[in-house]
Amino acid sequence: MIVRIMGEGQVRLDDSHLAELNELDDELLAETKSGDEEGFRRTLGALLDAVRRLGAPLPDDSLEPSELILPSPDATLPEVREMLRDGLFPT
Amino acid sequence: MDAGPVLWVLLQSLEPESVRRGRAKPMSGVMKRMGMIFRAKANKALDRAEDPRETLDYSYQKQLELLQKVRRGVADVATSRKRLELQLNQLQGQSSKLEDQGRKALALGREDLAREALSRRAALQQQVTDLETQHQTLQGEEEKLTLAAQRLQAKVDAFRTKKETIKATYTAAQAQTRIAESFSGISEEMGDVGLAIQRAEDKTAQLQARAGAIDELLASGALDDHSGLAKDDIQSELDRLSGGTDVELELQRMKAELAGGTSSQQAIEGGQGKTQAPQQPQDTPRFDKQ
Repeated sequence: MIVRIMGEGQVRLDDSHLAELNELDDELLAETKSGDEEGFRRTLGALLDAVRRLGAPLPDDSLEPSELILPSPDATLPEVREMLRDGLFPT
Repeated sequence: MDAGPVLWVLLQSLEPESVRRGRAKPMSGVMKRMGMIFRAKANKALDRAEDPRETLDYSYQKQLELLQKVRRGVADVATSRKRLELQLNQLQGQSSKLEDQGRKALALGREDLAREALSRRAALQQQVTDLETQHQTLQGEEEKLTLAAQRLQAKVDAFRTKKETIKATYTAAQAQTRIAESFSGISEEMGDVGLAIQRAEDKTAQLQARAGAIDELLASGALDDHSGLAKDDIQSELDRLSGGTDVELELQRMKAELAGGTSSQQAIEGGQGKTQAPQQPQDTPRFDKQ
């Protein structure tokens, strides 16, 4: 499974980690929807840590698309909301 | 979307594997949704072209344009950073000047003047700290954009090679899938880089507005003059006190020497301690930022 961290690049990680990431990802969406700024920062940080820790960076010249895409570490809650709204899927 | 057989193949290949295998609920989190959004955008672009091969050439042009844009972005951020460095130097120069004035005023027995000089200096230091933070921000942006340009360059090169191979072997059914894959990979990168540039531009614009304000302040002399008196009133007062020369100061120093040792030096430092907080001991270089 390939994950992109926006502004940083892509990593490949084993599918077995999906459950752990899913849980955090669901949490992040809930916090994004409810506007829980503090929770959003914490969960985004935890997700980024997990992805960096579990994943191996893809070479720069790889053209593989990512399955999952994480906002950049300094993305704000409103920015993430905007990106999700932008993308055809209502939050 | 009215997808023909070619597009159907393309779309199939773009669906996340985990969803296809039923391991993941679709769209239940931020990462998953963002993944879908980027794929949807890539699909939409592919969908427009009759022949996906045209899309490859068109996309390659766009990639080159974006690459130019990132490089310009790096240059713009670097320019802003250098401007900040210039301002920092100016402010720090101003700050040392005020400190010297404070010291001189104190030596001439004018604690009120010294206090004024040092409180202006404190206000300046505030600006310096502020600018230093901004400087760090810009450095961070510059670094990020530089790396983004490197990544994009590598991907664009890879894409060009792949594009030519795909065009040469287009009749093969699997070529269609490969178009979709390489296309959505690079289009994802382009989306990411596009946003990164936008963010950097926004940050730079904000900082530039503030840098402009500081330039104006520096030019107007308002930073010298919080009291609304004439420009550099402290200096004129000091000049007046010492008759435009350092005669008085010299006299004080000689008296002190005659009285023995470095007592005058100590008096100065003691006096400073009572006024605004002096940051460093007197004989170490104070603003060694350069």
